Amino acid sequence: MRRFFVAALTMAIALGSFAVSAARAQQSDTYAVTGATIHTVANGVIENGTIVMRAGQIVAVGGPETPIPTGATIIEGTDKQVYPGMIDSFSRLGLTEIGAVSATNDANEMGDWNPHLEAYQAIHPSSEHIPVARANGITHTLSAPGGGTISGQATLINLDGWTVEEMAIEESAGMVMSWPNVGGRFRGFGGFGGGGNQNRSFQQRLEQYEADVAEIDSWFEAAAHYKQAVAAAPDRVERDLQLEQLAKTLDGGLPVIVQANDERQITDAIELAEKWNLDLVLAGAEESRGMASTLAEKGIPVILGPVQRVPRDRDAPYDDPNTLPGVLHDAGVEIAFATFNSSDSRTLPYEVANAVPFGLPEDAALEAVTIGPARILGVDDKLGTLETGKMGNVIVTDGDPLEIQTHIEYVFIRGVPVDLDNKHLRLYEKYKNRPAKATTT
Amino acid sequence: MRRSRILALGLGAALASSLALASGATAQDQPVLITGATIMTSAEAGKIENGAILFRNGRITAVGPASEVSAPSNAQVIDATGKFVIPGIIDAHSHIAADAINEGSVAVSSMVSIHDVIDPTDMAIYREAAGGVTTSHVMHGSANPIGGQNVIIKHRWGADAEGLVFQGAPPTIKFALGENPKRSNFGGIPGVPNRYPQSRMGVMDVIRQAFVAATAYKAEWDAYEARVASGDRNAIPPRKDLQLEPLKEVLEGTRYVHAHSYRADEILQLMRLAEEFGFHIHVFQHVLEGYKIADELREHGAMASTFSDWWAYKVEAYEAIPYNAAIMTERGVIVSINSDSNEEARHLNQEAAKTMKWGGMTEEQALAMITINPAMQLNIQDRVGSLEVGKDADLVLYDNYPLSSFAKVRTTYVDGQVVFDVDRDMEMRQQMAAEKQRLKEMLGETDQADESTPEGPGLQASGSGNGGTR
Repeated sequence: MRRFFVAALTMAIALGSFAVSAARAQQSDTYAVTGATIHTVANGVIENGTIVMRAGQIVAVGGPETPIPTGATIIEGTDKQVYPGMIDSFSRLGLTEIGAVSATNDANEMGDWNPHLEAYQAIHPSSEHIPVARANGITHTLSAPGGGTISGQATLINLDGWTVEEMAIEESAGMVMSWPNVGGRFRGFGGFGGGGNQNRSFQQRLEQYEADVAEIDSWFEAAAHYKQAVAAAPDRVERDLQLEQLAKTLDGGLPVIVQANDERQITDAIELAEKWNLDLVLAGAEESRGMASTLAEKGIPVILGPVQRVPRDRDAPYDDPNTLPGVLHDAGVEIAFATFNSSDSRTLPYEVANAVPFGLPEDAALEAVTIGPARILGVDDKLGTLETGKMGNVIVTDGDPLEIQTHIEYVFIRGVPVDLDNKHLRLYEKYKNRPAKATTT
Repeated sequence: MRRSRILALGLGAALASSLALASGATAQDQPVLITGATIMTSAEAGKIENGAILFRNGRITAVGPASEVSAPSNAQVIDATGKFVIPGIIDAHSHIAADAINEGSVAVSSMVSIHDVIDPTDMAIYREAAGGVTTSHVMHGSANPIGGQNVIIKHRWGADAEGLVFQGAPPTIKFALGENPKRSNFGGIPGVPNRYPQSRMGVMDVIRQAFVAATAYKAEWDAYEARVASGDRNAIPPRKDLQLEPLKEVLEGTRYVHAHSYRADEILQLMRLAEEFGFHIHVFQHVLEGYKIADELREHGAMASTFSDWWAYKVEAYEAIPYNAAIMTERGVIVSINSDSNEEARHLNQEAAKTMKWGGMTEEQALAMITINPAMQLNIQDRVGSLEVGKDADLVLYDNYPLSSFAKVRTTYVDGQVVFDVDRDMEMRQQMAAEKQRLKEMLGETDQADESTPEGPGLQASGSGNGGTR
């Protein structure tokens, strides 16, 4: 029975890729999934529904009466579920290949002030992580740099494309910052040379922190002056790439995604954002529980990190990371989820699911990996729901994509089914079929 | 100010553990009946719908269909209709509850033992119990080809160091291959000198040299014991060598080797080395490329304890695949899913479920990977790992289906005692908050205590020493 199941699964995978290649051979640009349960995330759930994609976009979503254009490749969707493709709202996909090998890491640059750096310049389209993530229903991601205080600009990419130009949805989707901290919490491996901070008094660390925050402010002030100068006399201003790029964030021009966890960091980041009228997005925000109503009131969204993490403080409740998403949602904060990683992107849906038995409603969980982040990044006009006119980032499954046991059967990116083959599946097929070792006597 | 804050937190933590102790102490002899639940036994009985389980004095006394298990009149009866019960989860690879993990200064650290450094105050003991873990194999790190001795503990939160120890479990020792013992990713750490070996050749050499010495040492002892047995009253015992003694036990088959490993080639080489000296590798830990040599593992008699889906964090993990557990299982290897992490351990049920998705394992096979299989790997399968009459009453009550990303633990029992309960946890939070408030007032602080006041080092210090683990 089990063997049969595995065989059936393999067949399904094989058939899936056959359908894809056949479709490509025909050069068809029209696809329809019929008879499926369609979770639109915009207009409820449609039973026995049909969704049609053409030339990269969703062109129809509706009941069984929905007309299907002639020449469309049809996927019979009985007993299948259709959802918007999921987004990992802050990842290293395309930037980090092997964590421990610096030669394969392009996410972090030297220096503290790098507003002029772009993930776009370094994204590696043939990273093995990309097909692994999309095979589990992740269709797009915010690929973000790290390091320093102003880390650089993140790129919103589809997880398909021969080049970064084909992958990019928004070349620059946000300015990433890593907010300084006072420190003092001990975590990580002992004796790893990370003890420098421990040797300074709290007062010394606080003074350093305040100086760091003041320096951030001075960068934004300089950017504002630069912007004014350029507006007044563009020919007389010496071009400064750092200030030119940072100035894009002023007056809500480009989202500023600030990695901050504790209340002091969050409070100070908000102060900066209000002073310079920034479109602030918090990332991480592990200790934002007590500020939920403030965040809701000010309309500041949060990209939450992994739910599967150890609570920050020794005396924090065991389920602190699990309950936080529900608390923020209940308060009215827009939330999204992220892995901050490349190899874990595949498991994003399960991180989100872990918040559900601890208070996050199921529909809110789904929104937090689809339309929520699209709104946060200002791309809800083209992503995040199954509606006419949106980009054809769509997944077809045999169940709830947030449930581990669910299989992702088709992934459409820009309206085209993508190959679900990946490094892991190839190694599986290869070694599963290794001939039995001859028994030595 | 800072001092008082630390004091308050320290007291809070102490309070938490004493509360756990006090409230966990239901009378030993009061039987407990959990009835109406789906009971997944990890034993021949399989999955029992509308089942019941009865335990008393720390042991399971009955398990079966609810209609066939009757409770004594004095039993505490828990109606668990719609809920699920599984055996307590066993984590075959953990680094919790220890003050130190790696003695990395030498290439062979077989003389040191985690048993000497158990930290019973590590919150991970409780937090993992909240994820259904009842037994953990607390291992030495992977800084050296031959590492230290490990210890198996039960998650008896509130017990002292010795009280945590799984008494009677056969002893184990850590070996390690690949990047960690050759220190590939640990260069340039201040105060940590380079150390032989620096290559996989050197790793094998260190192990081989150690077993040459251990074989000679064993021969000395064998000769001495033969003389004693033959009545030689003048026989002088050889000098006890604390480094070689555990390796002599390995050669005698009384201490079990758990070898940290990644690449298929190094796994194969260690099996051949062991065969050369007449011992065997009981369990390969991590064994991320075990799927490439599953037949060889089975032939050697080795078991495998792996991660569900971690990959690409270093070169030797670049060909790790989430189908590893399934391929090895299909080829006859006994496989467990472990955590190697005080976070991952909190949801091993979900990690096991991933083998159903990636590789098509059955529900029974998946559950076995966190229950009876790791019990076999730790040689404690007669005591724990399944729900059978006579076994320890280590079990987990879930609100819903456990092999799911939506699963939630309600209650965890170790030796029939509640070590975690979701309602009790809520009560303890209120008690702790009240106690913190009382202490603050006592110290003249207002409620607006400075949130950023540091806790000071040490409170979080359950670090992994200077050698890395996974």
